[in-house]
Amino acid sequence: MTAPLLDIRDLRISFQARDGQWAEALCGIDLSLEPGKVLGIVGESGSGKSIAMMAFLQLLPRGTRVEGSAKFRGEELIGMAPARIRKIRGKAIGCIFQDPLSAFNPVKTLGQQVVEAIRLHDRTISKRDALKEAERLFELVAIPQPARRVRQYPHEFSGGMRQRAMIAMALANKPDLLIADEPTTALDVTVQAQILDLLGELREELGIGMVLITHDLGVVAGIADEIAVMYGGSVVERGATEPVFYETAHPYTAGLIGAVPTLDGTGALRQIEGTPPSIFSRPPGCAFHPRCGRAGAPCPVDTPRLLDRGGTACACHFPLTETAEAVRPARVLDGDPA
Amino acid sequence: MLAYIVRRLIAIPFLLLGVASVSFVLAQMTKGDPLAALVPERMMSNPEIVNAVKAEWGLDQPLPLRYVTYIGNLLQGDLGTSFTTRRPVSTDIAERLPATLELVIAAMIIGTALGLSLGLLSARFRGTATDGLARVFALIGSSLPIFWSGLILLYIFSVRFSIVPGTGRLPPRVTPPPDVTGFYTIDALIAGDLPLFTQALAHLALPAFVLGWAVTGIITRIVRSSLIEGLSQDYARTARAKGAPERRVLIGHALPNAMIPLLTILGFTFAYLITGAVLTEAIFAWPGIGSYAVRAAASLDYPAIGGVTIVGSVAFLLANLLTDIAYAWANPRIKVH
Repeated sequence: MTAPLLDIRDLRISFQARDGQWAEALCGIDLSLEPGKVLGIVGESGSGKSIAMMAFLQLLPRGTRVEGSAKFRGEELIGMAPARIRKIRGKAIGCIFQDPLSAFNPVKTLGQQVVEAIRLHDRTISKRDALKEAERLFELVAIPQPARRVRQYPHEFSGGMRQRAMIAMALANKPDLLIADEPTTALDVTVQAQILDLLGELREELGIGMVLITHDLGVVAGIADEIAVMYGGSVVERGATEPVFYETAHPYTAGLIGAVPTLDGTGALRQIEGTPPSIFSRPPGCAFHPRCGRAGAPCPVDTPRLLDRGGTACACHFPLTETAEAVRPARVLDGDPA
Repeated sequence: MLAYIVRRLIAIPFLLLGVASVSFVLAQMTKGDPLAALVPERMMSNPEIVNAVKAEWGLDQPLPLRYVTYIGNLLQGDLGTSFTTRRPVSTDIAERLPATLELVIAAMIIGTALGLSLGLLSARFRGTATDGLARVFALIGSSLPIFWSGLILLYIFSVRFSIVPGTGRLPPRVTPPPDVTGFYTIDALIAGDLPLFTQALAHLALPAFVLGWAVTGIITRIVRSSLIEGLSQDYARTARAKGAPERRVLIGHALPNAMIPLLTILGFTFAYLITGAVLTEAIFAWPGIGSYAVRAAASLDYPAIGGVTIVGSVAFLLANLLTDIAYAWANPRIKVH
């Protein structure tokens, strides 16, 4: 078995509110990614999916408490010295953000910004050569007329083209890992599909590992090898893409799948009632229980653990699909018969 | 762009006519008698002399006629003759404006350099003692009245320690350099007279610092808050994700975006100082436009008031135009048509 590209163990993140009270935004998650694979992290806003990635890149605001472990190619990132992690950011790990308009500096040309990304990690490249490289990258992400486009400003690009430029910039130093934080959310539906196709192609061509963060299960379905579904700061279901879709165990995952429109129009679009909890008022026990149709007596008191069910892992007292191991109630597994 | 500038320049004379009209009416509405400046007090009781003076200066004419005459003269570039100096207002202004411009430009350079540096320091080390010190220094400059800070600094640096010379633009009985720009420092350089340049610069240093320090506060504030806002923007996060060190995020990304609000405040401050440097000019015996304006207002010298108003308006209009042009340079999203 190859060593994982990214290995996250018991990652916990807490924020301090104005009143000095600490609130846990991420309650200890485990995730790992093999080189060249795509991991889709799915969840509603506030589920902790983005901050998990921002945390090990040390891109969270000061005053955030990050505990646990996140190893990149075996090297611990949590607590790494700023000078050291800067060598990894933008070099071995590239990032794409949600809104490519605000993510680019409005007063600099896209060429200048890609050139900066290149020269931050290699001072020996001249600006002229770096600009040539920027043109090549623009061509790689299928931006037409790259020589002209590198001289333009972000506002002169369409949303889709901007996101392509963002991807080009993230690829500038041939990273091993690409973190895409809601890369298609700010785009039109047709453009979304194009960007996803592009990411899929790049992954095939360049063999980059990818973490794709999204609130839209439909986005990850076609491209991810594995999926982790997050809710209320925890991973509630995790596994290879197909079993997660076809042998869904967690009611929340099922709710998300039900909320994806189908082309043939069979079945009404279902929604999950209620709204996700704020990190300051997270319900006790299973964070999803107030919105869950299957919630029973243990749910409000006992936080279910993520249990391996063969193929997928699920954190639920009443999973939808029964497996030999999961037939027994979770509480017995915990060794705490109440 | 060029068409835009030309259009704005064409509009300036029309705006000035409006300004001149308003200033004319306002000056006439003030209570007080301009004759006080024209007729010695002991002759005021002599109606013959008073009437002769009135006729000489056109003050016996009805108001509308005086207005028409004034505007007519203005259109020919004639600002009238000052009641107090008895010289053409345009001559007075031409003589005093370069002094003010030299002072204000030097002050703006000092204020901008200080404000930018302090703002950068403040934003970089936000919440630390450095931030606090920088902000206090800037705040003191803008809260201290100039007539106080100017006098204190003059006392310390000139009287007590003789680091800089006293008031005025040059030492007494030193001949100014041949007039090219009217800026003694630059004219001395043009004349190749290095000792004279040093003297002029030494005289300029303290008043320019006092005036510059006074505008440092607002510049620091604008720079600091725009930079801090910039540092929390998405593009700053992108820069960090590319591996940029914090210093580079600040100077390479937040600073260019802070230029737009900074330019606004610089243009405005500059125009304001042209007529607003009065106190500095008074304390440092600087023969500029500000002290001229005060004397004109005090003696109801209508022509001089009008002249200074027009100079101030031109300064504002030009500063505004320059600011707009600079916007287009600083912000590629702005297109001028």
